[in-house]
Amino acid sequence: MRKSITLYGLTFSLPMLVWQVMFFLAPLVFLTALSFWTVRNFRVEPDFNPGNWTKMLSRGVFWDAYVRTLLLSTAAAVVTSALAFPCAYGIAFKLSETPRRWAVFLMVIPFFTSYLVRVYSWQIFLSDNGIINALLAKIGIGPFGMLNSVFGIMVGYLTLSFPLVVLLQLFSLMFIDRTLIEAAHNLRCSRLRTVFEVVVPAAKVGLVIAALFCFILTFGDFVSPLYLGGGDPPTLSILITDTTKSGQQWPRAAVIALTMIATLLAVAFAAVTYAYRERGR
Amino acid sequence: MTIKRSLSGVSSRRDFLKGASVLGGGVLAMPFLSRLAFAEPVELNMLAWYGHAEPDVVAEFEAANNVKFKPKYYTGGDNMLGLIAQSPPGTFDVILSDAEYVQQLNAAGYIEELDPHDYPLDDYFPEFQKFAGHWQDGKLYSVFTRFGFLGVAYNTEAITEKEASTYNVYWANKLKGKVGHFDWHLPNLGQISLLNGNASPYDINPSAWSALQEKTKSLRPQIGGFFDYGGTFSSLQNGQMLAMAGIGDWITGVLEKSGAKVRSVIPEEGGLQWTESFSIGKGSSKADLAKKWIQYVTSAKGQVKSASMAAYPALIPNRKGWELLAKETPEEAKRQGMLLNESNVMDMIRAGRIKYRQLPVQQSLEDWNDFWSDYKGS
Repeated sequence: MRKSITLYGLTFSLPMLVWQVMFFLAPLVFLTALSFWTVRNFRVEPDFNPGNWTKMLSRGVFWDAYVRTLLLSTAAAVVTSALAFPCAYGIAFKLSETPRRWAVFLMVIPFFTSYLVRVYSWQIFLSDNGIINALLAKIGIGPFGMLNSVFGIMVGYLTLSFPLVVLLQLFSLMFIDRTLIEAAHNLRCSRLRTVFEVVVPAAKVGLVIAALFCFILTFGDFVSPLYLGGGDPPTLSILITDTTKSGQQWPRAAVIALTMIATLLAVAFAAVTYAYRERGR
Repeated sequence: MTIKRSLSGVSSRRDFLKGASVLGGGVLAMPFLSRLAFAEPVELNMLAWYGHAEPDVVAEFEAANNVKFKPKYYTGGDNMLGLIAQSPPGTFDVILSDAEYVQQLNAAGYIEELDPHDYPLDDYFPEFQKFAGHWQDGKLYSVFTRFGFLGVAYNTEAITEKEASTYNVYWANKLKGKVGHFDWHLPNLGQISLLNGNASPYDINPSAWSALQEKTKSLRPQIGGFFDYGGTFSSLQNGQMLAMAGIGDWITGVLEKSGAKVRSVIPEEGGLQWTESFSIGKGSSKADLAKKWIQYVTSAKGQVKSASMAAYPALIPNRKGWELLAKETPEEAKRQGMLLNESNVMDMIRAGRIKYRQLPVQQSLEDWNDFWSDYKGS
């Protein structure tokens, strides 16, 4: 039965509606309009110029960057989820109340310092003459080129999203009905099989949402690709800054931004649909 | 003196109250007294590259003229033009610009015409007294303040000066993945244009433009990254990049002074010159003060401060500035090649080894930008 809209319900949902209109819908409308504007003598002027769209969408460099960014963010979501799961699982099921609280606190601590500072400090560890290669040299291996590479970008992406993914996975795992796990064990299901047959399906929504957040954060990230990836090859966020530097082409940068938003909306919609889809349907 | 004795110095409660009233009244009156003595400083808005309104450069002028600079820093000429275009007229009192953008500032009507007699241009080296980009139809719009050369920046432990004395070093096998680009097409493509033998590196015909693109593409496998200002600093300092295209002493000079094993050299194919100058923003309500600042920074004293600016050092066009620099910091004058009595940077200019960095003449800026984006993504 469809619920009717009450004044009580409206009062509580109104702030969210206002927030969405002010900080999502209105900028989105402006960004869309901007993508049709024209730049004359470094001045952005209102216009209806579809040339920005045709110019950007016909450029190979745009699609290369698009595919590259999509792959990097997908890889980040998969790798981060895979690395975070054992951590979240351990905290949820193996720790008692007090250590669990400490573990959650430790996962929150990284957010106290600037992401940019954390990424810059990784340069000291990852460079050819850095700490990691110096330690590896002591056991006679290396040096390995870690900075200005895809590996470097992934380290940055993990720095950005790992604690958040662990927390989201953790909250999802903590709410699993423990009797399901006990039932599986009583039915002689092995520990590993219980994880994949019971725990993961039961926590599916949280795990998918955590991976989705990782994808969203890394898809638009500018800092790691630039400072740990050396901007080589460029991602979409770097292409946006390049475009704005090219004669103040904010309208063309808006085209890239809108394509990114459309992609994120599609991925988010698909992920949420998958997360809430019931088994067997 | 003990506490007891000092307290016993106050003879009565009346004396104490009297003293306290005088003290309290004095404290309360202080803001008014100090306001009378020191008038509120005048705010002067400066649009410039980072470092130009920092205390090491402006403190003396601020104190002497009761001025407080309010800087808006930009990165790159496009960024600067965008900031002015998006601000109401009169927002910026003084504008620092690279020479190639002065004509665009002027064409858009963003800067005031200047009176050449207001500035010590006669003290400048003859080459800089009527610097082409700063004049239009015999009228002065911007005053030459500082300049520098772009060449091969290299790690002195990995490459010798002799090896670095040609742009071909970027293609050396031992530098594979270790050559970085300062992420701006103009200096990088200008350098490779010089390597291709173009006498005017930015005024090239279509076939030379194609050849330049091909040559640049052949460098791509050597490239370890594209860096902004901060990234260029750190990658040279931590040895991640052993050579850097598109920069010069304006970055390596800072690193060298802090002990990093990095230097710049002007290769045999020649170097590029960047040039910074000050203009007065159109519609500025503090044009007189802005003029005073430009007079200061182009005087011998101001030039010395500009030459040794903490953010990035530079060469100076004022001959008297060279003399004062040699007197005050002879080691820095020597390091930068600004000693009049020995081989110096002016000799390089006079020998024709230095070309001005400028906007492309026969292609549009967009063509160069687009190629650079394609090159980065390849």
